[in-house]
Amino acid sequence: MAIEGNINEMGALIGAGLACTGMGGAAIGVGHVAGNYLSGALRNPSAAASQTAMLFIGIAFAEAFGIFSFLVALLLMFAL
Amino acid sequence: MATEESGLQIHPMDQFIVKPLFGDGPLMWYTPSNVTLWMLLAVLGATAFLVFGTRHKAVVPGRAQMSAEMAYLFVRNMVENVAGRDGLRYFPYIMTVFVFIAFANILGLIPASFTTTSHIAVTAALALTVFISVTVIGFVKHGLGFLGLFWISSAPLPLRPVLAVIELMSYFVRPVSHSIRLAGNMMAGHAMIKVFAAFAGVLGFGAFVPIIAIAAVYGLELLVAFIQAYVFTILTCVYLRDALHPSH
Repeated sequence: MAIEGNINEMGALIGAGLACTGMGGAAIGVGHVAGNYLSGALRNPSAAASQTAMLFIGIAFAEAFGIFSFLVALLLMFAL
Repeated sequence: MATEESGLQIHPMDQFIVKPLFGDGPLMWYTPSNVTLWMLLAVLGATAFLVFGTRHKAVVPGRAQMSAEMAYLFVRNMVENVAGRDGLRYFPYIMTVFVFIAFANILGLIPASFTTTSHIAVTAALALTVFISVTVIGFVKHGLGFLGLFWISSAPLPLRPVLAVIELMSYFVRPVSHSIRLAGNMMAGHAMIKVFAAFAGVLGFGAFVPIIAIAAVYGLELLVAFIQAYVFTILTCVYLRDALHPSH
């Protein structure tokens, strides 16, 4: 059976799908930050409120790498 | 209704198409489009929120004054805690960025509206403004001493050139991640709501499952809209702190 279509487009779409696995890494990173924040906050609740800003900064940096995989997917789908 | 014809025919990314407001002529830089409309609404909303909120200056604040004061104190404390006291000079700009992004995000959640912050062009403009002004502030305040940001004096000497390269790269990646984080979160959330909506169109009587899911995702998106405005602002403060105090 012959398969018709553009092989470049196929490769780009498969690559875009593979780029979604990057989300898993970002999920592990964000979960690690939030979990460690929570365990620290339960050990010393009085210091927790002052560190919420650090929590969000940490989450934002961990999330950035998941966003790069999203960027790669976008580039493969629309820019190639 | 027309569950059969709709369904997945509505593409989840269709909501991000930039259209002219009147007619369908070509899009020029001066054409009023849906982006222009919703950005204008965000600016008007933010202005109304702060101007009407602080109009009466009552000793016992009402609801509007309370929320306006809360937003002001929230951003002011953030700038003071993260960027330091000398960062307060730049507080008006950071407050503007926060209120604008928060309003653009939350207005974008109105059904059939347009989320301006889901476009990388918009967020890249915001992030590049922050990046360029922070770099200029750093060089104006410290001269070439600003380059000490990349030369980590607490690291062992042989390691410092390697770290300098890494720090330099991470410095230039900042506007990329800063802008795409906001745009990506907004776009992904809205596309997800549309995908669930398309499921509801296909399922017919079973549609109550995706409708409940949409309600839950909507609540989450409201939280995300606020948190992303907060994250954008707090990262601006972090970059500002690096510019004001470049030595590690």
